[in-house]
Amino acid sequence: MTDVMVVDVGTRACLVEVEDAVAAASLASWVRAAGLPAEEVVPAARTVLLDGVDPAAVRELLPRWAAQQAAPPGPLVRVAVRYSGPDLARVADHWGCTTEEVVDLHTSLEFTSTFCGFAPGFAYLAGLPDERAVPRLESPRARVAPGSVGLADTWCGVYPTASPGGWLLIGTTDADLWDVDRAEPALLAPGTRVRFEAQQ
Amino acid sequence: MTAERRSGTVEVVDPGPLSTLQDRGRRGWAHLGVPRAGALDRGAAALARRLVGGGPDDAVIETTVGGVVLRPHRAVTLAVTGATCVVRVDGRAVAHGAPATVPAGALVSVGPAVTGVRSYVAFAGGIAVAPVLGSRSTDTLAWVGPPRLAAGDLLDLGPTGQLPEPPPAVVVRPREPVLRLRRGPRADWLDRTGWSRLDGASYAVAPDSDRIGLRLIGARLERRGGELASEGIVLGAVQLPPSGQPVVFLADHPTTGGYPVVAVVEDDDLDLCAQLRPGDEVLLRVV
Repeated sequence: MTDVMVVDVGTRACLVEVEDAVAAASLASWVRAAGLPAEEVVPAARTVLLDGVDPAAVRELLPRWAAQQAAPPGPLVRVAVRYSGPDLARVADHWGCTTEEVVDLHTSLEFTSTFCGFAPGFAYLAGLPDERAVPRLESPRARVAPGSVGLADTWCGVYPTASPGGWLLIGTTDADLWDVDRAEPALLAPGTRVRFEAQQ
Repeated sequence: MTAERRSGTVEVVDPGPLSTLQDRGRRGWAHLGVPRAGALDRGAAALARRLVGGGPDDAVIETTVGGVVLRPHRAVTLAVTGATCVVRVDGRAVAHGAPATVPAGALVSVGPAVTGVRSYVAFAGGIAVAPVLGSRSTDTLAWVGPPRLAAGDLLDLGPTGQLPEPPPAVVVRPREPVLRLRRGPRADWLDRTGWSRLDGASYAVAPDSDRIGLRLIGARLERRGGELASEGIVLGAVQLPPSGQPVVFLADHPTTGGYPVVAVVEDDDLDLCAQLRPGDEVLLRVV
């Protein structure tokens, strides 16, 4: 049994607290597969919100999760990136390396989409090691172009639509991140594994 | 508008400050960051649908303070509920909260709200825009769903089903401005003094309240220090930002947030939140 806490949110929702975002994404996938009749299953940084449920049913179900924590790996998506972002040099400074080495490291890692938020289809991708954490911009940009690939803390993210943003931008992709007419509107839905590839 | 006028359409002549289409909202997309949306005053929207013999998932128009002016291009049955207002058809007043049959080409003016904020206009047959992610609702946070109404828009209506029963007289009693609060997942970010201060406290509705949240102004609630990682949010969540002024999250709320949710408003009290005006006083009760 791992550390799992269930906290009531009103009478028909609860938050399940877990260790980190990867565990939250894994629990969210497991809860969906287990067929718990929830209206919403929302993984986040350290919790999973189950909305439209009987919290007692969740408390009954959860001990079975701890036993089989390793969720099956999600689908792998490859995202082609032009590494020409305005903050590429700044990231290189933080990491004490060249911009080429930033690209090498970013394309060598496998990221996992842990949760979405901020804007529809904006996925928080985990996978950057702790020592590669970078700060956000002191003053966010008023407009970040759609397809911009950014870093903040140990997260990587790709802006699906134009929005304000404070993440350090390292590149741009033409990948179609958000399309409401697709069966799965978000390209990087929670649980998806992501690899970035350098495009000339 | 010089475009060809199809029969079965309703023309938007003047959308007022903000008019949107709303049904019961989207379910099952919060994990992708898509708000639920849907009519803010669910009871009033349901009543409007019932008055025109509509189904529970029909889309209706939700106005904001200033009303809306429409011109149906065929005879239609409509009903206006929610915020009280003067409804005129070619200048002649018709009843609020009752079905009215309107001839083709008549000018329907749903006046500014006299009390409350949001009026609902339902048409027999419902408004037949294409659903987006399973709903015809417009969400004003991420703008998923049909765009807000604009002058010149033509709205198609669906086929009229069963005609409504003879209209019952509808009496909507004014509600006591009381919000009942249940302790939320981060209730412990407020100490005992904070909680006793909250119970029975009177807060004023802030002018920047909208479909995303009802912002309250009153005694500052001192919360515990520290940082909370972003977590999923429910409808009616009472979030406490560092300012100490609570926000009640309504239909277009962000799906996750990083300020502690100290309380949750009882579901039955959420319709009231849709109709409170800036400056209105609301009493908080801890249950």
